[in-house]
Amino acid sequence: MTTTPVDQVEGARRKPGPAARFRLRDASEARLAFWLLTPTFVLLLLVVGFPILRAVYLSLFSDNRFGTPEFIGLGNYTRALFGNSSGEFWAAFGVTTMITAISVTLELLIGLGMAMIMHRAFKGRGLVRASVLVPWAIPTAVTALLWKWMYQPAGIGGIVNAVTGADILWTGRTWPSRWAIILADTWKTAPFIGLLLLAGLQIIPDELYEAAKVDGATAWQRFRRITLPLLKGAILVAVLFRLLDVLRIFDLPKILTNGANGTETLSLIAYEQAIERVRVHYGSALAVLTFLYIMLVAFLFVRVLGASVVKTQAREVK
Amino acid sequence: MATVTAPARAPVGQAEGTGARAMRYLRGNGLLILGIAFIVLYCLFPFYWMIVSSLKVEPEIFQTGLIPRSPTMENYRAVFTQQRFHLALRNSLIVAGTTTVIALAVGCFAAYALARLRFRGKFLVLGAILSIAMFPPIALLTPIFELATRLGWIDTYQAMIIPYISFTLPLTVWILTSFFAEMPWELEQAAKVDGATPGQAFRKVIIPLAAPGVFTTAILAFIYAWNEYMIALAVTQTIDRKPVTVAIATFTGSSQFQQPFGTIMAAGVLVTIPLVIMVLLFQRRIVAGLTAGGVKG
Repeated sequence: MTTTPVDQVEGARRKPGPAARFRLRDASEARLAFWLLTPTFVLLLLVVGFPILRAVYLSLFSDNRFGTPEFIGLGNYTRALFGNSSGEFWAAFGVTTMITAISVTLELLIGLGMAMIMHRAFKGRGLVRASVLVPWAIPTAVTALLWKWMYQPAGIGGIVNAVTGADILWTGRTWPSRWAIILADTWKTAPFIGLLLLAGLQIIPDELYEAAKVDGATAWQRFRRITLPLLKGAILVAVLFRLLDVLRIFDLPKILTNGANGTETLSLIAYEQAIERVRVHYGSALAVLTFLYIMLVAFLFVRVLGASVVKTQAREVK
Repeated sequence: MATVTAPARAPVGQAEGTGARAMRYLRGNGLLILGIAFIVLYCLFPFYWMIVSSLKVEPEIFQTGLIPRSPTMENYRAVFTQQRFHLALRNSLIVAGTTTVIALAVGCFAAYALARLRFRGKFLVLGAILSIAMFPPIALLTPIFELATRLGWIDTYQAMIIPYISFTLPLTVWILTSFFAEMPWELEQAAKVDGATPGQAFRKVIIPLAAPGVFTTAILAFIYAWNEYMIALAVTQTIDRKPVTVAIATFTGSSQFQQPFGTIMAAGVLVTIPLVIMVLLFQRRIVAGLTAGGVKG
């Protein structure tokens, strides 16, 4: 974000000093760094590297309930993508992508509004910041149960239906079920995006706005020409993190609908196959596909939008 | 034109009365106050509703009164008697606590190196750690489930603690690195001038200075481990090992198809209140940690 370790490390590195002492220090520092980093890397290899390789390995075998698993190469993948199970995968792919697109858009808009308000709030800033952290701190599983309770029919205590005066069977039909998940996710994470963007707003110098005001720029012009361009980096980072997070969404659909009414997400089908139907090998293939999809989205996002940020900044410098 | 347009939030003269001052503030900031009210209501109302519902029993819980007419602790009693929720709280404390201790004990060394020492490939290391923090846990789920089954680790604490390291450790390293990078390093230099080795400087000077940042990171790592649901759901079976998230979601009522929402809300309040108190006490630092880390929600 605004103060990533990378920036600060870069700053620390530029400190001047006698060159001869530097070389001596460099060797011993690099040695120490190696030993300090080793435990973290060994542990990460064990708890991340090894399981991921093992998931790929497992995905190459068939689920033989009564015999030994048989090596079938990419058989599980072709089955998921093109075979008779492909309907389930592509439906989940579509639903996950759609929920992600809508949620992240809503969260960004609401979060941006919250950040602008928090930035201007001088009185009660502590109160606002504290309330914003509450949805974030509630475990997602509890959030899901809380919203499931709020989505009940008005007659049995459902506050959402009571307040809106509607009588929607939120978790009973396709689109209401999807919106139920999207709204619960938005409630929980829009304030978090607000916090990330607030950090971005706080480093925009006030002088820019003052100068624009003197030049007669309207509030909308100041927002379009100053706030948005300078906030772009923070927005992109927030959106990237949220994309990666919503694409693997599990807790909310698992508890709110358990995948019913067209709410099967990628993580949900992988979990169901691997754990509930004990098809660990086919489930592994689905998990690997989910993983690859998320990595692809992250890669494309950084590639396309990351590059455009650099270009924008370069143009502004000129 | 000699006068300058007064800024919107100009200080108000001493002579003016409090009432007039408040009126002027309201006029100038009406929209802002509305916005703040919106944020607070948006964030807190569902939480408030959870508390209100936890204080109601049938038949009042089926009505949507915003204030409980006859508040009762009945649901909280049921949480501990019928649902034996103290076991889940114990399990979550053990799992999240152990995870946090391991992640910090290992991660603080790496963060020190990343924030302070000069070596080649630092940005590669930081990038790798950040992308590992973003890995979808579903990719770890099947091998962990399969290995736990094979090792007889289903329904054990280690079947949760080990996978939880996979996201708390990179997170810890990332957030701690940003905290460490902001510390006053002149003191470390001073210790080195006085003849301390880099290792001694780390133990004697840096650790005490870093304690607040380490503590904040510990809270964040603890919250992430405490809130995990999917892996715990897969590897636990009995009430003796289920953490709070799994236990609440499997609360059963009088019939199999009816979820006892009053009891669930009471347990939800119990699980959330400690986190909310921590967050309120340390909000400034937590926000610094979250925004520096730019971490997942």
